[in-house]
Amino acid sequence: MIQYIARKLFLTIPLLWGVITLIFLLLQAAPGEPSDRFITPETPPEVAEQIKAKWGLDDPVHVQYGRMLGNLMTGEFGYSIMQERPVFDIVGEALPNTLILSALTLVIIYMVGVFLGTIQAVRQYSLFDNAASVISLFFYSMPSFWLALMLMLVFALQLDLLPAAGMVDAVEHDFMTVPEKLVDRLQHLILPGVALGVASAAGTARYMRSSMLEVIRQDYVRTARAKGLSERKVVFKHALRNALLPIVTLLGLSLPFLFSGSVLIEIIFAWPGMGRVIVGAIFAQDTPLIIACFFVFTMVVVLGNLVADLLYSLVDPRIRLS
Amino acid sequence: MSGTSSPLAWAGLVAPGLGHMLTGRKIQGAGLLLSTILVFMGTVGIPRLLERLAAPGGPDFAIHPYVALVSYLVAVFLLWWQALRLARPPEIDPEKLKTSQLAQIGKQFQRNRTGVFGMYLVFALILMALLTPMLAPYDPDQIDVGDKLLAPGSAFLLGTDEFGRDLYSRVLYGARISLSIGFVAVGLAGTIGTLLGAISGYFGGFIDKLIMWFTDLLLSLPRLVLLLAIIGIVSAAGAQTIFLIVVILGLTGWMGVARIVRSQVLSLKEQDFVAAAHAVGLSNQRILLRHIVPNALAPVIVYVSLAIGSTILVEASLSFLGLGVPPPTATWGAIVNDGREYLRSAWWITLFPGLMIVLAVMSFNLFGDGLRDALDPKLRGRG
Repeated sequence: MIQYIARKLFLTIPLLWGVITLIFLLLQAAPGEPSDRFITPETPPEVAEQIKAKWGLDDPVHVQYGRMLGNLMTGEFGYSIMQERPVFDIVGEALPNTLILSALTLVIIYMVGVFLGTIQAVRQYSLFDNAASVISLFFYSMPSFWLALMLMLVFALQLDLLPAAGMVDAVEHDFMTVPEKLVDRLQHLILPGVALGVASAAGTARYMRSSMLEVIRQDYVRTARAKGLSERKVVFKHALRNALLPIVTLLGLSLPFLFSGSVLIEIIFAWPGMGRVIVGAIFAQDTPLIIACFFVFTMVVVLGNLVADLLYSLVDPRIRLS
Repeated sequence: MSGTSSPLAWAGLVAPGLGHMLTGRKIQGAGLLLSTILVFMGTVGIPRLLERLAAPGGPDFAIHPYVALVSYLVAVFLLWWQALRLARPPEIDPEKLKTSQLAQIGKQFQRNRTGVFGMYLVFALILMALLTPMLAPYDPDQIDVGDKLLAPGSAFLLGTDEFGRDLYSRVLYGARISLSIGFVAVGLAGTIGTLLGAISGYFGGFIDKLIMWFTDLLLSLPRLVLLLAIIGIVSAAGAQTIFLIVVILGLTGWMGVARIVRSQVLSLKEQDFVAAAHAVGLSNQRILLRHIVPNALAPVIVYVSLAIGSTILVEASLSFLGLGVPPPTATWGAIVNDGREYLRSAWWITLFPGLMIVLAVMSFNLFGDGLRDALDPKLRGRG
């Protein structure tokens, strides 16, 4: 198992190198320099040169490339040109926020998806099944940014039930007691979490339905029924476990999806996470920060795939990792 | 089938689809009626079209009104032909009963009611996009500050935005952009993916490793994030055009197709008919393109029909971030973005284009699901 993980992680090195190189080349192809924002037409040329030299932008391309790779290998992400502080600090602040949002969203996705899909499968072709299928498809086809705006319109602006932006109440959070702070944070999580998760929950429900339908027709389920077990026990104890197998793999694969989905959601809800960092960095052509963000995003995808593999072998002993 | 010659079927000549509805073919009837309604709305707009033909310019390229006119005539012909065929069913010659693979797939597809409905929805959407110059009451880019932020009403069906532009017209024109980007980008991605996947699977070895490494590389970045980087840089260069957006969407969407085609080709190239082709002395190129690829296309068609929906979503997301087709061109995502600032005071700007995105994506998903059920033999016959 450990050998397997080690080998998989080793295999990601050329992948990471490829991604970083691709992004580096793209950034080099872009016109202008990240330092342009410090330079006005009135800036004396020698000062402009100094500014460029400060960020090492006056070196030839291959020198910059080599320096960047060397720095990355030693875990040195450099300084953000836009924010003038270490990239590591910026990512370190933003990443946990995105992880919190993703974690809650995952809970929503799996609770809703598995429950809905199971009930649909048990009552196949019933009114409930058909209605749930249509509603799932509706949400599955919905752009998350639009759902986010609609949720904000209804629950924050019209009904005034939930906060519309940020992670905590900007004014009162510092004066709250600990339980109040927790409630405050949860309240701020609900809308972004729902907006980010609903489409995936609908997709998961669709998967769950077909997976459950396949399992429920198998012989051992009939045996369980023949033993005289209650229908609830048959479905939730015997069938559900096996029907969950393909769904569990989705868990690892939905992590990258959540990260990229959070780009839009974080911008709408002013959530200080990776999505906002990467968009800001791209607009500011902040090379070190962009490279670091892509490093993180690629790692998330790779780790997600790895988690999917491991989970699959964990829940299904028939699958051997090789 | 016996009801086809019922007198009720003649109602279809008044409004194609009505006859189907009355003779029990509700799905086809409802689907055809959607297009019929669009055609009727287009008929009302004929004077508008003539006006635009007389004075070209504005948001329409000179060719668009002509495209609208031709599509209108073709749609009228097709719809009434369908209605007439129902009212006077053609004699079927048993000798000519089609048993080709395509006919079988068509038959299989028609059993899936939601898939068929999705297909009619897709038709209606395409027709709507084509007829836009006849349907849109106003110039979508015409600014009139006196009419700004008006609620939906009789003068402006879906209200107006912050510049007083008619939202109904803008949403209609947005359909054209979103659908054409969806089709062209997915077409491009499908072609690239099929070629690369076929080459990779057929030749194997180093080429296979290289292509698959590159595929994995592009797949290891979430697509939206990759697009952000590329288009962010392109827009910094000031080269952000609709053409470029389509190409970039195409160049970042082929990986799934490449993987599917590769695995198909891997199993196909071991089969006897390929060995026979080799024995006859055909060239690799001919074997690959004429013998293997056509047999590998079924799952590609399914993937591609589902990919159109997701491409429309991605394009809308890019437009929403201001990285799509540059303003003032109306696209659904960009209109939603326009409405963000006015969410509290003018919700209609955000609501309607978003609903259109949902409708379009849902239609393609329904259609694609239906195609998958018809084309994928593994799923055939399953509830």
